[in-house]
Amino acid sequence: MSEILSPGTQAPEFSLPVTPDQKLSLSELRGKPVILAFYPADWSPVCGDQMALYNEILPEFQKYGAELLGISVDGVWCHEAFAKDRKLHFPLLADFEPKGDVAARYGAYRQADGITERALFVIDKDGIIRWSYCSPIAINPGADGILQALDGLAK
Amino acid sequence: MTTLTIPVGPDDHVEGNRAAVCTLLEYGDYECPHCGAAYPIVKRIQKHFGKQLSFVYRNFPLIQAHPNAEAAAETAEFAATHGKFWEMHDLLYENQQDLAVENLHKLAKSLKLAPKDLDKALENQEFQPRVRADFVSGVRSGVNGTPTFFINGTRADVQADYDSLITAIEDAISITGK
Repeated sequence: MSEILSPGTQAPEFSLPVTPDQKLSLSELRGKPVILAFYPADWSPVCGDQMALYNEILPEFQKYGAELLGISVDGVWCHEAFAKDRKLHFPLLADFEPKGDVAARYGAYRQADGITERALFVIDKDGIIRWSYCSPIAINPGADGILQALDGLAK
Repeated sequence: MTTLTIPVGPDDHVEGNRAAVCTLLEYGDYECPHCGAAYPIVKRIQKHFGKQLSFVYRNFPLIQAHPNAEAAAETAEFAATHGKFWEMHDLLYENQQDLAVENLHKLAKSLKLAPKDLDKALENQEFQPRVRADFVSGVRSGVNGTPTFFINGTRADVQADYDSLITAIEDAISITGK
């Protein structure tokens, strides 16, 4: 398992597809806190899987003015179908080509499995990573750590 | 280790012995099939441990995924103000395949609660703050899906099946040395 980037590090810039014809760059969100949630794959079979859970918690994140981005190696069409099915109200980015490149730059790519870790990053308004956490792949980390990190930024 | 940020208090719905050596707390969603599957398992666990166990239920409706979950949670809170929380909790899980408002009326009637009072409470969102407070306390405590169980205040990262929960509760009881 690789080491994920730690607090104090400048968050690596990226530009990834967010819809079939649009890209989103991290730098476009400068000025607001950003929550970067890498997750292994769309379509995990449980109710309240990690992305669906964050979708429910979105109003809490918005209280901090924070933007949530989900990232996996799934392609844009897969993300589109998944987001529609789960009624997600935040963007899913496709780290699809070169596969896992952004995840690897954050230390959150599982080379042997070809998927990303369940890794969370809270990035401040200046683009600095202020909190990061890598959860065991089978355990949905919930959102308590993210909210604590956002509390820390607000101080 | 993920722990409960808001301890069990007087406002919580507690079934069984409040002084029990072990408290099993569930964050649940009445429309979630996994919670529905856990419902009879919790009943069996309560029977197994008897006075050693109290059971606490907090709301964690996934309203984006489950269109009736919020109204169902508010219906249980409405029933609670008439002293019938657990009766309604059980009815909701036993009828979770149909939690549309007409059926909520029927469930209310069966507990001798007036459907028009329920309608008023739902319209005025009288119990929404309570349900939301439960939800936020769950988020802050690391709830990571439904159902999420806490045993004596610590998140139980085990499958929600009978054997796993029994073992986890036995472990928690043995730590207390009682």
